[in-house]
Amino acid sequence: MTTPSRLPEPYGQGGGANLADILERVLDKGVVIAGDIRINLLDIELLTIKLRLVVASVDKAKEMGIDWWESDPALSSRARRDELARENAELRERLARLEELEPRRAQEEAP
Amino acid sequence: MTGLRYVYAVCRPFGTPLQAQLTGVGGDPPRLLPHHDLVAVVSHVPEADFAEEPLRAHLEDLDWLTTVARAHQGVIDALTTVATPLPLRLGTVFRDDSGVRSMIEAREENFLRTLDRLEGRVEWGVKVYVEPEPTPKEPATPAPKPASGRDYLRQRRMRTKAQEDLWQRAESFATRLHETLSECAEDSRLHAPQNPTLSGASGRNVLNAAYLVPRAESEEFVERVDRTKDGTPGLRVELTGPWAAYSFAGEETAGEEGA
Repeated sequence: MTTPSRLPEPYGQGGGANLADILERVLDKGVVIAGDIRINLLDIELLTIKLRLVVASVDKAKEMGIDWWESDPALSSRARRDELARENAELRERLARLEELEPRRAQEEAP
Repeated sequence: MTGLRYVYAVCRPFGTPLQAQLTGVGGDPPRLLPHHDLVAVVSHVPEADFAEEPLRAHLEDLDWLTTVARAHQGVIDALTTVATPLPLRLGTVFRDDSGVRSMIEAREENFLRTLDRLEGRVEWGVKVYVEPEPTPKEPATPAPKPASGRDYLRQRRMRTKAQEDLWQRAESFATRLHETLSECAEDSRLHAPQNPTLSGASGRNVLNAAYLVPRAESEEFVERVDRTKDGTPGLRVELTGPWAAYSFAGEETAGEEGA
C-alpha cells in the first residue's frame, strides 16, 4: 500500500491552483470511461471554444503563434504579428511604387 | 437512497480514512465502493443535475462547471494524500452502484495495470511565461516622428525585433528546461499553452508541461525547478502540484472509448 511519504508543501494547490490548471486536468486528462450518462465533452460548445486543448509542443506552439485563441487579435500575438507583417509589406510596396514613380514623373515633366 | 453515482477515481483499497468533513460534487461526501481488489470513490448526485440533458446544459455554464471541477479536484486531492488514485474525467456518471461495479469488473485488469504503473507517483506541473511587454514605457519616451517612410519602417522593425528576440530566448529556455526536467522525471507530457482569460496569469504561456515523479524524489524535483527560476529576465517559471497523475492516467484506456 502507498504510505504517502514526505512531500514538499503543495504549490499552487487548493485555492491557489488557477482555474485553467484544474479544468485542463479534470476535463482533458484522466481516464475516459463512458458512464450510463452519455456525455461527450467535445460536444460541449463552451468547452470547445474556451478550453480547446490541442496537443502542442513548444515548436508547434510557436508555429501556431502560441495562441490557440488566435482569432482574437486582442489576445493573439500571431494575429498581431500577421497584421504587422501585412501592413509592413503593404507599406513597402507603396513606397517602392512611389519611389519608382517619382523619377519617371520628373522625366515626363522635363520637356 | 436514489440519485446517480458520480465517480471520481478508482484506487486500490487504502487504510487511511478520508477527511471527515470532505465534501464532493453537489455537497455529497465521497463514499467508497469496493469491488474485488479495487475501490471506486463515488458521490450520490441528483438526477435533476446529472442526467444527460441537465448535465449537458450545466456544462455550458462556466460557473457551474468551475464549482464541479473544484469539487472533483478536491476529492482527488484528498485521495492523493492517502493513496494513489486513478482519476477519471469529470462527469463520469452511472445509474447506480451496480453500474459502477460492472464498469470496474469490465476494466479490472486495465485499472490494476495502470495503478501499478502509477503507484507512489505524483504529477508536477511546470509552466513558463513570457512576462508582458512593458508597454507603458512607450508613451514616456516618444519616438521621434518618422522623417520618411523608410524611417517609419525602420522604427517598426526595431520594435518587432526586440519582441522576436525575447520570443526566441523564451523558446530555447523552455526547451532546455523541459529537457532537464524530463531527465529527472519518469515520464512527461507537453500540454497546450493556457488561455490567459481562464488562468488569470499574466504574460504569455509558452511551456505547459507535466512530469511524473515518484513521491520520494519530489523534493529533489521541486528544488530543481526552483533553481531555474533565477537569471531569466522577462521569463517566469511556475510550479503546481503535487497532483494525482492525471496526465499519465489515460493513454492505456483511451483507445477503448467508443467501443
